[in-house]
Amino acid sequence: MKNNETVLLGHGSGGRLSHDLIHNLFVRYFRNDILLIQGDSAVLPVIHGTICLTTDSFVVDPIFFPGGNIGNLAIAGTVNDLAVSGAKPEYLSAAFILEEGFPMSDLEEIVKTMAEEASKAGVFIVTGDTKVVERGKCDKLFINTSGVGSLLPDSEGIIAGKNIKIGDKIIINGFIGDHGMAVMSARNNLQINSPVESDCACLNGLISDALQFKSAIKFMRDATRGGLGTVLAELCHHKPFGINLLEEAVPVRENVRGMCELLGFDPLYVANEGKVVMVVAAESANSILHIMQQHPLGKESAIIGEIMEHHAGKTWLLTSIGGKRIVDMPAGEQLPRIC
Amino acid sequence: MKYIDEYRNKEKILSLSAQIKKISTKKVRLMEVCGGHTMAIQRFGIPDLLPETVELVSGPGCPVCVTSRSYIDKAIAYSKLPNIIITTYGDLIRVPGSTSSLDKEKAKGANIRIVYSVLDALKIAQDNPDKKIVFLGIGFETTAPGSAAGIIKAQMAGLFNFSVFSAHKIMPPPMAALIDEGVDIQGYIGPGHVSSITGSHIFDFIPAKYGLGVVISGFEPLDLMQSIYMLVNQYETKSPAVEIQYSRAVKPEGNIKALEMLDEVFLMRDDWWRGLGILANSGLGINEKYASFDAEKQFEVEVEILKEDKGCICGTILKGISKPSDCKLFGKACTPAEPVGACMVSNEGACAAHYKYSRE
Repeated sequence: MKNNETVLLGHGSGGRLSHDLIHNLFVRYFRNDILLIQGDSAVLPVIHGTICLTTDSFVVDPIFFPGGNIGNLAIAGTVNDLAVSGAKPEYLSAAFILEEGFPMSDLEEIVKTMAEEASKAGVFIVTGDTKVVERGKCDKLFINTSGVGSLLPDSEGIIAGKNIKIGDKIIINGFIGDHGMAVMSARNNLQINSPVESDCACLNGLISDALQFKSAIKFMRDATRGGLGTVLAELCHHKPFGINLLEEAVPVRENVRGMCELLGFDPLYVANEGKVVMVVAAESANSILHIMQQHPLGKESAIIGEIMEHHAGKTWLLTSIGGKRIVDMPAGEQLPRIC
Repeated sequence: MKYIDEYRNKEKILSLSAQIKKISTKKVRLMEVCGGHTMAIQRFGIPDLLPETVELVSGPGCPVCVTSRSYIDKAIAYSKLPNIIITTYGDLIRVPGSTSSLDKEKAKGANIRIVYSVLDALKIAQDNPDKKIVFLGIGFETTAPGSAAGIIKAQMAGLFNFSVFSAHKIMPPPMAALIDEGVDIQGYIGPGHVSSITGSHIFDFIPAKYGLGVVISGFEPLDLMQSIYMLVNQYETKSPAVEIQYSRAVKPEGNIKALEMLDEVFLMRDDWWRGLGILANSGLGINEKYASFDAEKQFEVEVEILKEDKGCICGTILKGISKPSDCKLFGKACTPAEPVGACMVSNEGACAAHYKYSRE
């Protein structure tokens, strides 16, 4: 790719320019046997067991931010949706909507990041699509990824959390709010002394380690848009149990806390892109915690709360000063276009 | 976090909680008149740390909540004039007017932009010389100096395409009106940010005339607990006074420079408050000298006066007579996603704070 090249309407036309773009960029970086066939569909080998399918679109603004770009976000988002469902992520599709005039060098960097992230997670990008719209009709680029994976044996209950019991513990794999504040600081050009990096990462490796204790893991969800607070508020909504969340136990970095104070955000509702919330049986909580802490993405894992018989349907935050309050789903979006 | 954690020290807060319990013998209702306090009290779970004798009620401390619907209607009408850009703080954008809101108009194509300060609005005025920029000036003594500075700056820079639509109001008149109306309170948690501008003397008439205490408080839990302790102590020892707990930000004489700017640009006028009606000399209009920066004098629009929503009791909530949970719309027809009254929209509104943090 030449440095000064930009995306033209012709790159989405299906003609020669499209062909070149697909071969010189997408096929080159995503290279695998299934993709190389270049048919109208990817032909997948037989996948055993129950199949999980998920899809997600990525519109983050700005597309490059500390700790990542829209590319790793698009891979991690879909991989994580499969992993927290108790599935082993295997194949992904990637569709691009590009704005005319978008720098080809940026596109290349993003595609390269996607390839690296997919390789780290052990998944293959096997099919895709490219469309180009006139300048001003979309903002730089949007990416959609879909993914399929096979549900691991005996993990059907995880997705709905149907085996949750009073006394179960809640675990998170580290600091909350990093992604939201990283994007926020990039978006507003905030001069922060110790910049925050996005936590964007594929969690299937960490989750696979924890699933050694599969029978003890009752529920998993990745805390993306809406943050930890929304996950917990949704989890107990209309359920016969409540949740106690200990503010002091929830890991929040100093600089994220500082930015949240400054900008008026509540870290509980700030987006993450590499955090899984788990509900686990009390007797196995420490073993699971220990195993997660051995993984690079789980060093700061912590037990942050408990399933309660009291206040069914509600999440209570026991505040760090000894008070308590409700944690509810937020009314609107705290930050639009965060992923 | 340095300078924050000191004010969130659990041992000190619990010790104050114990001391308040010890000295409080009589039932006392304390009102906060600052939306920032309303939010902090709920966010940290402070009511949980107080004895049954001490009750906190929210007053008219949220500027968005006390502003009339016709103000929103008029701002929407301005947005429909040719070549206009409306600039506003974010908390106004979802407030329902009689038939629409600024965010609905924005979605339909009106040129409405959210700004974080009046300086952003001035920049827009500078970058768009062929457009007319109206800044929605809302807030108490805290934000009014910002609007005044914007107008003074616009004049110095010759930005005559900039104007302010003022809904600025001042705090002492409603505080007096509430006591005159016989609202059952025994002390005020004084507004910290307002007082950093005005100083504490503007509240001297409250103990002098009405025999109620005012303690000007900071926004951290330790600040609030200490202020509550001071007010309970004043009440128990029958020694009402104006005291400054938030001494790291508030001086008795206030911010002289900001006060001079208010004097330069604004003049007092009678103004309408939700729940309280028209209060004499409670609003800030732009004076004759700066009339060319006064949106109300620059643009003419007609707005039909419509009644406030039936069933919504924002008015009595803002007076501390009712609690949000007393409203039959609360949490049902009126939620932050589909607000009926302004108290549910604004981040600082009593209904929003109760919905978010303490709904049982």
